[in-house]
This record gives sequence, structure tokens and C-alpha cells, in this order.
Amino acid sequence: MEKAPVQQKETRPLKNYVTLNPNRQKASRASFGEALVRVGEENPDVVVLDADLSVSTKSALFAKKFPGRFFQMGIAESNMIGTAAGLALSGKVPFLCSFGCFVAGRFETIRISIAYNQVNCRIIGTHAGIGIGEDGYTQMALEDLACMRSLAGMGVLQPADDIETQKMIEFLSHHHKGPVYVRLTRQNLPQIFNESYVFEYGKGVIVHERPMASVPTADKKDISIFATGGVVYHCIEAAQKLEKEGLSCTVVNIHTLKPLDEKLVIDLAQTHKWVVTAEDHNIIGGLGSAVCETLAEVSPHAPVLRIGIEDVYGESGTGEDLYDKYGLSTPKIYERLAKYVQL
Amino acid sequence: MTTSHTNELIEKLTNIARELRILSLQMICEAQSGHPGGSLSAADLIATLFFHTLAHDPKNPHWPDRDRFVLSKGHGVPVLYAALAKAGYFPESELMTLRKINSRLQGHPDHVRLPFMETSSGSLGQGLSIAQGMALAAKLDKKNTQIYCMMGDGETQEGQVWEAAMSAPKFQLDNLVCILDYNKGQIDGHTKDIMTLEPLKEKWQAFNWDVQVIHGHDFHEILKAFDQTQMKRKKPHMILAHTIKGKGVSFMEDNIEWHGKGPSPTERDKAIEELRNA
Repeated sequence: MEKAPVQQKETRPLKNYVTLNPNRQKASRASFGEALVRVGEENPDVVVLDADLSVSTKSALFAKKFPGRFFQMGIAESNMIGTAAGLALSGKVPFLCSFGCFVAGRFETIRISIAYNQVNCRIIGTHAGIGIGEDGYTQMALEDLACMRSLAGMGVLQPADDIETQKMIEFLSHHHKGPVYVRLTRQNLPQIFNESYVFEYGKGVIVHERPMASVPTADKKDISIFATGGVVYHCIEAAQKLEKEGLSCTVVNIHTLKPLDEKLVIDLAQTHKWVVTAEDHNIIGGLGSAVCETLAEVSPHAPVLRIGIEDVYGESGTGEDLYDKYGLSTPKIYERLAKYVQL
Repeated sequence: MTTSHTNELIEKLTNIARELRILSLQMICEAQSGHPGGSLSAADLIATLFFHTLAHDPKNPHWPDRDRFVLSKGHGVPVLYAALAKAGYFPESELMTLRKINSRLQGHPDHVRLPFMETSSGSLGQGLSIAQGMALAAKLDKKNTQIYCMMGDGETQEGQVWEAAMSAPKFQLDNLVCILDYNKGQIDGHTKDIMTLEPLKEKWQAFNWDVQVIHGHDFHEILKAFDQTQMKRKKPHMILAHTIKGKGVSFMEDNIEWHGKGPSPTERDKAIEELRNA
């Protein structure tokens, strides 16, 4: 377990909530499925809808435990979205589940039935990004964040590991008002957080930072990396490697892309020489865009490098091979950053 | 439920429907935009729902045991606003703010600005799914309420309608009543020329709905059809109501030009005179 050193001057949360463990891995869709059963027990208003992908989205666990509160909608996502809106308009808290690309593809139905109505629907989009691997582009959500971010009042969330997913789903079941989109991975994610972690909607979470006292040039640190979802762990690993080369890095897990923690983004962009964003999504419209939109309005700020899918379609392959090919693996992120800062 | 209705009731509904038509035309004229054709075609159905059939309480709009009405054909909202105001949900004077800046009366239904509108709508094809969700919630909560949804006929060209058509019978939603305002017109022309809909009765029957075909301007038939929906056969109800676009105003009837434009004050006055003298 890492601990923030006492000599640190800045007011930063202690990172005692971080426990990196590459040997403990779970896909965030699996964490979601387990959390859903638990919140289903706690909140009788929770209902779940799926469009013939419950085995993949893991909502099948809820369906087995609470068949009366699970609605199998068949391969008809628009109807699922509208039905969920109607349930929410009648006081229920629906979790509607499909692959991210298939729900985001029914944008117009989400726009009116859910977003404009401002109802308590939790839209669950699994199979985020190229990380899904072999199925190829048609099943990859690479534009979903861009779509969802453009809807006024829509919360846009993406957890980075098992514990964060579980705590996020608990929050969405018990506390949050209004529509949200939650983006989950097919692939396993290594553990980043321990049980002491507290999920705070709209807050960026520092998951790695080099103590100021050990930074050679005291005025500014080097790289601030904002990452989301499946690439957060890779960014931590890349940062650790860069620090061996003498650079100081801060890694922030952005679990809430909207509303973005603008204060933290601006703060770090002014205390670091470079800003980097990383996401398994098109660099247009996702986290990279959100960070740039925020920083464009303030001066001075560090330049921003956006790592992600560079406005191309995905393809088939193993998730690992694709992460390497499209620059999202630990070594590729490290190389990109080293080149960017001309190490 | 009785299946014969008194002449007094029919006279009352006739008068209310006339007033709703007049108010709709006044609002649309004042706004100089809006949809007269589809407001007038739905007036008799809306009058019957809000002044006889629906269990609702304008003084307690969020009454949990109320019946719900979803206007899926959102462009027909002037006649719904007129009915809501007349029923006492808000002052009739507010009707003339339709479509104007800062008004709660948006050009299409807005649930957030007017929470007693059960849902926002106007992007066609979405209302039946929403009504289905409400019907599922009512079943879960073991409420003995009905959910009504009104669609336009052109609207059923949307694919999502048929997704809902497929799913509501699966969930045995006999508390769901869909009313098709079958006025035969849409923006670009007559529905038969734009995209063939028929045979509608057979289509909905094939999807396993309880289907009734009625004249949507005949109160005896409307009342009887709504009474029939109290029969619970584990099937959702579809009422195919043959109507006339622009009903009640000779120069608007079945005239596609009047789908979506505001009448001039002269046209409005002429129309109102006709309606009053009918």
C-alpha cells in the first residue's frame, strides 16, 4: 500500500485507497453484475432490462435472483430505452444494459425518452473500446462517450477497476438523481483500489503521484496523465517507468467524464509541464476532448497530448495485440510519452 | 362498466370537444405555428379521455393511482394543453403562451417544464415504449390503473413502434391501451402515398393485441371502445380510431396543407364560426 509522505506541501487526498495488484483482475462488467444483485436486494425499486445480451453484460445474475424485476426485451434496444424511461417515470430505478455501441447507436431514443425527460435511468454500456478484441469494430463502443457527453444533464461514468465499479453502482442505485451512462469493459482490469476507497461523483481521483519533495525541479512536476477505464492501470505502469528515468508523473483516474472535475484538471495543468489524456475511445469527443475543452478557457496551461483511438475504426485481434497496435499498452504509452517530452 | 352511455354524457363531451378544437385553433393562430390538423382529429378522443375515462385529479397531478396518458404524437399537443387547462391543471389564460419564449407550453410535450405531462415526446415512435414501461411499473406495484398512449398513423412508420408492438403482448400488458389517431395524413402527403400502413388491423392482431376498429368522431363508439379495454385478457389493447385530419373545419378537413401551419386571424375566425354553428 502506498502512503502520501508527510512532507508533501500540496493538499492532496492521501492515496491510502490505492492498492495496485496485477494478480487480482476482474472485468468491470463482471463487477457490475455482482453489484447489481446486491443493490437489487437493498433497493426494491431497482429494475433491470437487457436486450438479449444479459450473459455478456452480466445482468443475467440479477435476472436469476430477481426474475420479476428483470425484463428481457429481445434484440430491440430502442424499445428497451423507452421502456426503461417509462419505468423511471413511474418511480423505478432502471438499469438498462447492452453493449455500449448498441445503446449509443439509439441516440435519438436516449435523447428524448431518457435525457430530455431527466429520468433516473442508468444506461449500462459494456464492451467498451478496442479492448473487446476478436469481435472487431462493429461490437466496439468507440464513440459512445462523445454521444453521451453531448446530452445536457447526462452523467457519463467509467470505472477503472472492480472496487470502483461496485461502489459506483451502489451510488447510482441509492443516491443519484438523473440519467447516467456507465461504460464498462469486457476485458479484465487489474486491481487499483482497496476497500477503503470512497466513490465521489464528479471527482477525479489521484491514483499515482511522485512526492513533491523528491521532484528535482521544484517548481513544476513533469507529466499529468488523465486516464479513464481500461487504460488507467497501464498509465500508472507507464508513469512508474518514466519516473525511473527521472520524470515526475501524476496519474488521475477520471471515473466521471461528465461533470468533469474541472478544478483538478486546471490545477494539475498549471502545476505540470505536460498534460496527457488516455482512453480506449476515439480521441474526438471523449476524455481528451473534455480535458481540452476545460483547459482551452484558462491560461497558462500545459500542452495536451491525447492518447486514444485516433479517429479510425477498430479491428479484430486479441485485446492485448490491439492495445499494442493502437498505442494503449503500457510499453506503447511509455514510448509515446517519452517521445513527447523528448526524454 | 356500462356499455350504454347517456345522451347527457355525449352532449357534454361533444361540447367539450368543440371547445378544445376552438382553443387549439386560437392557440395555434396566436403562435402562428403548430399543428391544427392532428389536434382537431384527436379532439373527440382526448375529450373523452380527460372528461370521462381517465382516473385523474388535476388538484393532485402526481396522485400515484392515477391513470396515465402518453401523447406519442407530440405535435398534437395543442389539444392536450387545451384539455389539461380545461380540466384545471393550469389556467386557461396560459394557453395563449404556446410556443412563445419562456412558456411552459413548448411546441411539443415537455415533462420537465410541465411535470403533469407524463412524458416529453415529439420525436415520433417513442411513446408506446414509454407507456409500456409505465404499464410494467403499474403491474410491479400491483396498481389497478390503465396506461393510455395515443399515436399518429404516420408515426407507425417508425420501427420502434413495432418493437413495442412485439413486446407488450409478451408482458401481457392488458393495462396498456394504445389509441391510433388514424387521420390518414402526414407532412408530405396522405399516408397511403407516403408509406403504406394497411392492413393495420391485421398487423396488430398478428402481433397479438386486442384490436378494436372505431369511428374516432363517434362518441358512442369511443366510449364503448374504452369500456371494452376494462376486459382483461392478458393482451394489450389497440383502438384503431378512424378520424379526419382537421375535423370540424371544412377547409382544413383532409387537407394536408393544414398539418403544420397556423391559421391567419381571418381563417381562425371562420373556423371557429363553423365549429360553433355545427
